[in-house]
Amino acid sequence: MNLSKILKNAFLILIASLVLSACATKKTTGQLQGDVYTGTDSVEYLASGVPDRVFFATNETVLTTASRDTLRKQAAWLRKNSGVNVVLEGHADERGTREYNLALGERRANSAKDYLMTYGISSDRISVLSYGKERPVDSGSNPLAWSKNRRSVTVKAN
Amino acid sequence: MALIEVDITRGNLSPLPVAVSPLSIDDNSKENFKKILKKENLGAEISLIVENNLKQTGLFNPLDKNAFLQKPDIANLKPRFEDWNLIKAQALITGKVTFVDDKLRVEFRLWDILAGKEMMALAFTTVPSNWRRVGHIITDKVYERLTGEKGYFDTRIIYVAEEGPKTNRIKKLAIMDQDGFNNKFLTLGNELVLTPRFSPTNQMVTYLSYFRNLPRVYLLDIETGMQEVVGDFPGMTFAPRFSPDGKKIIMSFAQDGNSDIYTMDLENRIVERITNHPSIDTSPSYSPDGKYITFNSDRSGYQQVYIMESNGKNIKRISFGNGLYGTPVWSPRGDLIAFTKLHKGKFYIGVMRTDGSGERLLTENFYQEAPSWSPNGRVLIFYRETKTNAKGEGFSAKLWSIDLTGYNEKLIKTETDASDPSWSSLLTN
Repeated sequence: MNLSKILKNAFLILIASLVLSACATKKTTGQLQGDVYTGTDSVEYLASGVPDRVFFATNETVLTTASRDTLRKQAAWLRKNSGVNVVLEGHADERGTREYNLALGERRANSAKDYLMTYGISSDRISVLSYGKERPVDSGSNPLAWSKNRRSVTVKAN
Repeated sequence: MALIEVDITRGNLSPLPVAVSPLSIDDNSKENFKKILKKENLGAEISLIVENNLKQTGLFNPLDKNAFLQKPDIANLKPRFEDWNLIKAQALITGKVTFVDDKLRVEFRLWDILAGKEMMALAFTTVPSNWRRVGHIITDKVYERLTGEKGYFDTRIIYVAEEGPKTNRIKKLAIMDQDGFNNKFLTLGNELVLTPRFSPTNQMVTYLSYFRNLPRVYLLDIETGMQEVVGDFPGMTFAPRFSPDGKKIIMSFAQDGNSDIYTMDLENRIVERITNHPSIDTSPSYSPDGKYITFNSDRSGYQQVYIMESNGKNIKRISFGNGLYGTPVWSPRGDLIAFTKLHKGKFYIGVMRTDGSGERLLTENFYQEAPSWSPNGRVLIFYRETKTNAKGEGFSAKLWSIDLTGYNEKLIKTETDASDPSWSSLLTN
């Protein structure tokens, strides 16, 4: 294999990796990763550094890495503030039928509840309430608005 | 055997020309009704209801009253068929309104112009405040005589009236006649309410209320206003409907992230679990004979339509087209299931046979869902929401109806925004 061929191959690899990274950056456009919201627009805080909500992909109830990170912070805060009970409010975007979305919101809130419980928060302190698509935070009819609305919000109950 | 026939099984491109003569009324009756109902000419008002109903069906073309040559009182005694033929009327409706013993007495006749014959003559007496229903009942009789099928005009729609910003909608239960008149709010809007549905006798309504932030299925008696929670479930119950005999409520119960279908017997309060699966099972609807249930489940990975026996046995997926399927509702005729379909960012209202074959999409839009059948199974009512602009402005929700043929899509006017319509059965048979 001569040098020029090696260089040519290296060049091709370089191009390939450029294309790949272009794809990767394209996926994280502004405040979205895939179609999960990663921004802070609507986010409120239970305490400093403890975001109150996690976001979901379309039709999904699986917690993302970022969501698990947020919920661990919530769990740590809840352990320190043992007198506080919470309601987990599950929501869906407007792109689904009303009744299915009620079930989906309930399932999302329960994903968050299960995770808090694995980090030591008693189920007695957590109740779950699904709003389906009834209470969007963003009234827009666009993918970014929908991503903010697919959420589970931890609300102090007392 | 009707001489004039209207085929309602296909889109009607040449609606039947019909003349609806103002119902005749004598001066004394006119004065009495004017006092009681504040209506200048009750005969004309009732005929307008009939005319509007017939027009809405898309099957009839009510002719311009200015072209009528015969006066209402004489036409009702004996129409001059040549005169009505001249303006191309094929059917004629005439009648007479009288004030008798504080009651409203109405007689009407349906005439076949080409054959020169009376097809039907009926009379009834009721309290004057029922005058709009009289117009609807006349339409039902005419529709049935000319199409061979029961009408759907003396019926009501229960729905959710909506106001306020999209992020914090105020929702109230509301009820109105099928033509949008006599609107009445049944709740105050203090709590979120969703998905009201009539009992087969039209006396009761089941719906979802967020009273005290506990989303539960409720029962409401329309006449007395009495409300009660259905069952004692330790979590959210939703998506309620009555069984065809009105004795049970079928609904979803959600617990620990899983929704399954349950029934509760309204007499003995016995709760039965119908499905038991880790997927979401919701939007149940009985077949008219009560033997089967269609429902929505994502057990295949995504929302699809299923049917099963009413005891939960023999679950079978029936939707296999592209996209997601939700809100299945069994037709009162038993042969079709209406649904909402989501595909490539569009929402469709469609129908399929109960084995999933013969799928037909009736209407496509940005967002629409929740079809409900007219009692004769010929028309679907549903709601449609508009897309908002980049600033989130321009949102509205309205009720629409469409024929099973896919023709005759109509906006149903409501005082406020509206969603989740449910059609009653006929108030009189």
